[in-house]
Amino acid sequence: MVNLLNDYAPLIISMILGALLGISLYLPLMTGQLSLASPGFYAVGGYVAAIFSTKIFPTSGLYPWYLLLLEMVVAALISTLLGLLVGIPVLRLRGIYLAIATIAFVEVLRIFSLNLEITGGAVGLFGIPQPFNNTLEYLWVVLPLLMISGIILYRLENIRVGKAFIAIREDELAAEAMGIDPTHYKVLAFTLGAILAGVSGVIAAHFLNTWNARQGTFDASIIYLTSVLIGGTRTFVGPILGGMMFTALPEILRSLANIPNLPLWLVGFFKDGRLIIFGILIVIGTLFFPQGLVTPDLLNNFPKLMRSGLSRVGVKKT
Amino acid sequence: MNSVIKETDNQPMLAVNQITRRFGGLVAVNEVSFDVHNQEIFGLIGPNGAGKTTLFNLITGLIEPSSGQIFSQDQLISNLKPHQIAAKGIARTFQNIRLFGELSALENVIVGRHLHTKSNFVTGILGLPQANKAEKQAKQKAQEFIELVGLGDRLSEKAKNLSYGDQRRLEIARALALEPSILLLDEPAAGMNPNEKQILSTFIRDLRSQFNLTIILIEHHVPLVMGLCDRIAVLNFGKLIALGQPEIVRNDPAVIEAYLGVD
Repeated sequence: MVNLLNDYAPLIISMILGALLGISLYLPLMTGQLSLASPGFYAVGGYVAAIFSTKIFPTSGLYPWYLLLLEMVVAALISTLLGLLVGIPVLRLRGIYLAIATIAFVEVLRIFSLNLEITGGAVGLFGIPQPFNNTLEYLWVVLPLLMISGIILYRLENIRVGKAFIAIREDELAAEAMGIDPTHYKVLAFTLGAILAGVSGVIAAHFLNTWNARQGTFDASIIYLTSVLIGGTRTFVGPILGGMMFTALPEILRSLANIPNLPLWLVGFFKDGRLIIFGILIVIGTLFFPQGLVTPDLLNNFPKLMRSGLSRVGVKKT
Repeated sequence: MNSVIKETDNQPMLAVNQITRRFGGLVAVNEVSFDVHNQEIFGLIGPNGAGKTTLFNLITGLIEPSSGQIFSQDQLISNLKPHQIAAKGIARTFQNIRLFGELSALENVIVGRHLHTKSNFVTGILGLPQANKAEKQAKQKAQEFIELVGLGDRLSEKAKNLSYGDQRRLEIARALALEPSILLLDEPAAGMNPNEKQILSTFIRDLRSQFNLTIILIEHHVPLVMGLCDRIAVLNFGKLIALGQPEIVRNDPAVIEAYLGVD
């Protein structure tokens, strides 16, 4: 069991990181804002970790946990500032224009990190020290983070602030007429998403050992967008499951490609075709499951479905 | 034009002063001025495209005036954003119902309690006693308002699944949840039969006395307006063509001309 867990540790950790990024995209979406900025903040968080651990506090051996926490705090602060700075002007845009502006933000950050000395240019930063003895121990940081995010989102749906988010998503004009300041709540949701992405980036940088401009690109935006769209845009369970599913998908495809005696083109497709698959899934998903696979109705009826499903199995047996 | 505002000793609840709104070349509302007194039921009528809803949108800040001002209890509100105007105690319903469709009836009205609920992101997430109490209170109050409009048995129904008439009533409950001093109703009787209109008319009068409300309403059904309103303003092509008590407005030649045309 432990061996199995150790074998799959990298996959498990990346799946949870994927879920966290899914949530960070879902947060602005709660207010109806399609922002693709998460990978940008994720990249910033990663650079914070990389710069801290390789340049400011270079260590040999295990990287102390309190420095890891410090990095997370610093990344959260920078993401907050950057989130406010970007969010306040950008969230005046709506729909596809907002999406384009946030893609531009991600691109700007990428170009910066490609050309700045402190980010290591095109080569990036490598040799980022490990805070843990083995990969599985990353669960000590990613699991609490996922749980805290989950609790926050669960609580959000039941309190005034979350209801304001959803009211803005449902009808911004009507929400405004109810005394809700849309800009305030949109910026809040956007910044919360930014903080989560930044903190996830810190963990990812240590976990991946190296950080460069290929992290947090437009590709990543699309992957996390897919995971939220397919997972579900109306409840936080959707992006969590979606984020995990779509982080695992390339790995599954890779193992499919290793099946012997497959035609060469299929092997190639399994190896490099994930973006094609993501694209097709976005189209199919938006056509047939506009609210994603996990919808609030499904969650509400889940206990009932389970019961009827079990009884149906029971009926068949007799 | 200031003499209009000083017409009565009591300050008007709402003072519209020379308000104009242009959409390109079209003047939707043209130098309209009127006062609405405290606890008055004020009717706004006029043919289609007369600028009634535009005027509502101007009062609630959804669109900005091209010129002119609007005051609420002597405070300038025409430079405020919609949510700030709502905080000044002006609530509205919409002609083409704008409920939060995916939310339940109860949740819709809870959103209406936004301004009165003292809970923010931190206190709400942590579930601090004060915030919890505020959230619970919001729910309780919302329930009261829903029961007031007679939807007490549909609390958990999604707003989009309610019937047209119930949606209209839910919108009124949501607006009342703001505990406004001025309530704007945009065609509250649309799609109702004469009997329902009669009930609505009584209901609106009850609302006024129960909540000390000032009510401004847009309505096409002339008998309803005549029976319900204390005063009526008539708009035609964006211009105010008559203003006064129902019987005076009814016999005004300009109004008859606007509604029936002249040879």
